[in-house]
Amino acid sequence: MTEKKQTPEIADESGDKYKYGFVTDIATESAPKGLNEEIIRLISGKKQEPAWLLDFRLRAFNYWQNMKEPTWAKLNYDKIDYQDLYYYAAPKQKVSPKSLDEIDPKLLATYEKLGIPLKEQEILSGVVAVDAVFDSVSVATTYRAKLAEKGIIFCSISEAVREHPDLVQKYLGTVVPYTDNFFASLNSAVFTDGSFVYIPKGVKCPMELSTYFRINAQNTGQFERTLIVADDESYVSYLEGCTAPQRDENQLHAAIVEIVVLDNAEVKYSTVQNWYPGDKDGKGGVYNFVTKRAACRGKNAKISWTQVETGSAVTWKYPSCVLQGDNSVGEFYSVALTNNYQQADTGTKMIHIGKNTTSKIISKGISAGHSNQTYRGLVRVSPNADNARNYSQCDSLLIGQNCGSHTVPYVENRNKSAVLEHEATTSKISDEQLFYCRQRGIDEETAVSLIVNGFCKEVMQHLPLEFAIEAAKLINISLEGSVG
Amino acid sequence: MSNTPLLEIEDLSARVKDKEIIKGFNLTINEGEVHAIMGPNGAGKSTLSYVLCGKSGYEVTSGHVRFKGKDLLSMSVEERAREGLFLIMQYPVEIPGVAVTTFLKHAVNAQRKYHNQPELDTMDFMKLLREEGRKLGISADMLKRPINVGFSGGEKKRLETLQLTILKPQFAILDEADSGLDIDALKVVSEGINAERNEHNAMLVITHYQRLLNDIVPDFVHVYADGHIVKSGGKELAAEIEKNGYAEFTKEK
Repeated sequence: MTEKKQTPEIADESGDKYKYGFVTDIATESAPKGLNEEIIRLISGKKQEPAWLLDFRLRAFNYWQNMKEPTWAKLNYDKIDYQDLYYYAAPKQKVSPKSLDEIDPKLLATYEKLGIPLKEQEILSGVVAVDAVFDSVSVATTYRAKLAEKGIIFCSISEAVREHPDLVQKYLGTVVPYTDNFFASLNSAVFTDGSFVYIPKGVKCPMELSTYFRINAQNTGQFERTLIVADDESYVSYLEGCTAPQRDENQLHAAIVEIVVLDNAEVKYSTVQNWYPGDKDGKGGVYNFVTKRAACRGKNAKISWTQVETGSAVTWKYPSCVLQGDNSVGEFYSVALTNNYQQADTGTKMIHIGKNTTSKIISKGISAGHSNQTYRGLVRVSPNADNARNYSQCDSLLIGQNCGSHTVPYVENRNKSAVLEHEATTSKISDEQLFYCRQRGIDEETAVSLIVNGFCKEVMQHLPLEFAIEAAKLINISLEGSVG
Repeated sequence: MSNTPLLEIEDLSARVKDKEIIKGFNLTINEGEVHAIMGPNGAGKSTLSYVLCGKSGYEVTSGHVRFKGKDLLSMSVEERAREGLFLIMQYPVEIPGVAVTTFLKHAVNAQRKYHNQPELDTMDFMKLLREEGRKLGISADMLKRPINVGFSGGEKKRLETLQLTILKPQFAILDEADSGLDIDALKVVSEGINAERNEHNAMLVITHYQRLLNDIVPDFVHVYADGHIVKSGGKELAAEIEKNGYAEFTKEK
């Protein structure tokens, strides 16, 4: 990790277990600091965007200027100076790359170091196609030709705006409007890149699609925007991973993920979020303010969110399901682990609108060190949502004496036929459990990791296999130093 | 029976919070021997087993314990286990989400690592587990279930016994191993335990009733009251207690 020595503002690695904390020394092109119309026009111009998109951005910006940052979450962080950030940073490339050979080898090396091979021939049997987003710009998307044979579009959203403007215009902002919330408005004004997926009618995507987000540049906000459209009778499983360098300052990440699921289609969206969490004293780390929402527009549509959240200093995130189509299904499986001084306010929203809609929430929160965690969830049943069903289960596990865990479930029911169930537990790893493990020869740290992994099992089994192994490892690393 | 001492307890005293529970306890157990400790409820029999295993909250105030000649009390809980000390617990705890197989594999490999042995091959381990399980009436399905979660009293004790047969400790403490067992389960469990007896290992059977000692026949029986041994004898002492109760020992004080 020689890169680290070149930049003095990188946090000292001593006592830290975050292995993705390196910085790539690469020439970037960035717009001046601060946020105003000019910057937005510049971003839009750089991307050669059509007028409607610039208009969308400017409307969002105007709206955002009159908004206040939300304060209802149980989070404490220093005030963000939105004029002291860069809103555009991109690795300098003379022309946009046509193939991987044209990409800066330093970028390829970065992704290799992160365990994300971008060279297609090196990806085992082609089970995953990857879109790599580096400082808000998509740098490579693999397996596009193979996917195109089935009519699947998988590319950066900037490219989709150029190549498939009708599709983007039809769906962008329809699930998360630019007026939705403070961070969503900000993102709508300044988003720089992200992934776009379109699965045509009747197509089952033959491989997992994956986006790998990486923040590199300093003082740069990261605002990606992902749009996934699953047309009638289609299926896709989508994975998202994220890491950032280790820096003493806080980095802002405000992304949007919008998903549209049409008749009889199914989308499975899995996230392993491992943004830099800050050091053991709570210095540095990513501020993660993300709006993720899926609309099940068609009948029998299904969306399933699975997330494993171990990173970020501050997390504000509520992946939601809007169940419009009759018989549509929304699922949310979550493991959030906070250690040291991390704070997470996370949960989901299940909005039942169609008839016979069902939703399921399984949330597992693990707090260790001095961390604080809140599950915040909403289950809303509209007057016409006959026979809506929801099952919610929120379990919290506390490790040590100094952490906190809170559960805030909101229920709004306007239909008498709804059946809503909620279960919540809070437990500690008991001395009895630890003694039992240790009496069989298992050391304390392994015992804790066994117990925690057992606690999360119900959620982990919803992750694709390779991802589940990765996530289990990540949980073990994040737990290090939480015992004793 | 040999005369090689395996566990030597000398003048052991221990307390829980401020209460002195064990008071000047002495006992030497040689390889190949099975000792039984009998005593009235509340005499601190379980405390003795926890102190020997190093559970937190149990403070040794005086005395020495040597295990295979080593100072047992200076070792951590897991070190004692890896050295070959095993406790069949009276109330085995539930660990949600952790399958029996996963748990035991971690335990076996932690112990093998300590003794510089390679990890067991997963297939070999599974085969061993299924074979030993079958002898104790433990189905393959039960091995996949989270450890002790929703297990009946009998199932829990079978599982404890399975762990004994897999880990093959040199010294096992059976803390009320018969509690929660019906006659049939008791037979299965005690047969499983008896099969592990050999000239190199030893056991300490802690029990309130004589019943278990009909199946696991001890070489020595000790009566434990007021924190120490008040009478020692052969297996016939157990029958005597069954007949007369503990009154004669408790009224001494």
